[in-house]
Amino acid sequence: MKRFSEGNGQGGMELPRTKGIRAAFEKGMNILFFLCGAVAVLFVLFISIYLIISGLPAIREIGLFPFLFGQEWASTASEPKFGILPFILTSIYGTAGAIVIGVPVGFMTAVFLAKIAGPKVASAIRAAVELLSSIPSVVYGLIGMTILVPAIRSAFHLASGATLLAAIVVLAVMVLPYIISVSETALTAVPKEYEEASLALGATEIETYFRVSVPAASSGIAAAVVLGIGRAIGEAMAVMMVAGNVANMPSLLESVRFLTTAVASEMSYSSGLQRQALFSIALVLFLFIMLINAALALLLKKGKKD
Amino acid sequence: MKKVMSMLLAAALCAGVFAGCSGTDTASSAADAASQADASQADASQADSSEGEEGGAVNTELSGTVSTNGSTSMEEVMQGLIEYFNEEYPNITVTYDPTGSGTGIEQATAGSCDIGLSSRALKDEEKEAGLTETVVAKDGIAIVVNTENAVSELTVDQITKIATGEITNWSEVGGADEEIAFIGREAGSGTRGAFEELTGTEDACSYAQELTSTGAVRTAVSTTPGAIGYISLSSLDDSVKAIAVKVDDASEAVKCTEETVLDGSYAIQRPFVFATKSDAELSEAAQAFYDFATSEDAAQIYIDAGVVPASESAE
Repeated sequence: MKRFSEGNGQGGMELPRTKGIRAAFEKGMNILFFLCGAVAVLFVLFISIYLIISGLPAIREIGLFPFLFGQEWASTASEPKFGILPFILTSIYGTAGAIVIGVPVGFMTAVFLAKIAGPKVASAIRAAVELLSSIPSVVYGLIGMTILVPAIRSAFHLASGATLLAAIVVLAVMVLPYIISVSETALTAVPKEYEEASLALGATEIETYFRVSVPAASSGIAAAVVLGIGRAIGEAMAVMMVAGNVANMPSLLESVRFLTTAVASEMSYSSGLQRQALFSIALVLFLFIMLINAALALLLKKGKKD
Repeated sequence: MKKVMSMLLAAALCAGVFAGCSGTDTASSAADAASQADASQADASQADSSEGEEGGAVNTELSGTVSTNGSTSMEEVMQGLIEYFNEEYPNITVTYDPTGSGTGIEQATAGSCDIGLSSRALKDEEKEAGLTETVVAKDGIAIVVNTENAVSELTVDQITKIATGEITNWSEVGGADEEIAFIGREAGSGTRGAFEELTGTEDACSYAQELTSTGAVRTAVSTTPGAIGYISLSSLDDSVKAIAVKVDDASEAVKCTEETVLDGSYAIQRPFVFATKSDAELSEAAQAFYDFATSEDAAQIYIDAGVVPASESAE
């Protein structure tokens, strides 16, 4: 009792000070956390504003319509042409191709991992998938360049194997781990009761997975696809090494240039309007990514509501 | 346990990085201090000219500005020259305006720059207008094919037709029945500019691949049987086969080597020219730069920039 009152007395003397220090500390940490959070926002704002400011002049000079829908890109010709339709279409076709190949394989793998595979097999495959996602894109490019491109050249009897097809195959492999891991998470999150009910009603396992589990996880799987699209459309390094980088209108067995590689390949020696136009391409690419991110956010939100 | 290990590892890495940083920091600050000391010494010696040159090769007595203007292809060469020149003559400022050979020659004729830079030989009327041509280096472009390719000679005309897509199969130029893949550099590259200018294929080339470095072109040519590409002479090696070039059907085929580029017998090459006024003397500073650029000491700078120094031909 005495002790208590003593303590209390002392505490009474000291409490305001410690309380003050603690409160200040709390406040300080709060500000620190806020600042760290603000850094990310600031960077996004800075990049957006910078891209818009440096991307608009060329569009204004070339004209929005000729820029977006011009079919010819000859940036250093005596009469330069700045039409980026070949790049836009190539990016869209290339991404679509990667998704067409990558999604079925990735989706099946996810179903297998989440529902069918035994724990040992699943963990082995999961480790491989994780490894696949951490391989640097330049390594994908290198392997594509030395194995895939010559293989496509001899398979289709072409002069050069650096084609849209090579880029699609490389991108498909690159989006695979994203599609697998996000879809798997969505499938694992489906409540067990749904599946048990379905099985109890006499459906087979496969019927249950495809009629019950997959529809229940649909928004998560859609998010996986969108994430894959975002990854594919933004990839530059690997694509630059296998696509040949000629500004042709896209065709499966021809050399093509993506939006990303258009910026990357000419930046080093560019000047004047050419350089400004490269920033405008980056702006277009940025808008594409923004759209994809918005779609992703929408899907995830919908998934939470479900 | 794993986490602890990885955190430890990360900490060790961080420590290493920071240690590295602080190491270089002190080193660079020491260097700073040293250079400051040098500078103050230099100032002192300049103020008191009787002290003479203590800094060895460094000449601080000459000062002024040298203006050069012209060829954009010479950018790499000029950057190298200016950098090393400034080590010897820290008080001379050399400016370089990459405006194009034509403008450089005009400006030199008009006397509005000290040295005009041209990546083509001067025409007779330009010389008559009062310019002297000094070739400082020569830029040779090797035409390379896959080592398995049977073709070893081409005329300039055939190369032009291959580049523009008029000839699409090796059988048309005496090789096997194999489609030609023409591999080049990206728009804006100096090598591409030189190749297209020398073969007269500006804006008319039909490429199978446009790659962003000479090394990438070499690799692509060495792995594609039907490929043909162009690289600067300095990056030629055994992984690809250099084509001997004939000016026309009647003339002899010439391999791309330093000698054939220097003596002018190899066709796909261009000179890097300093154009100066014949009837007026260069300023002391400009003369110093001119002497430096044509000296044998500068040879390595040209080689580093991927061209053949002309000073070797004197020997």
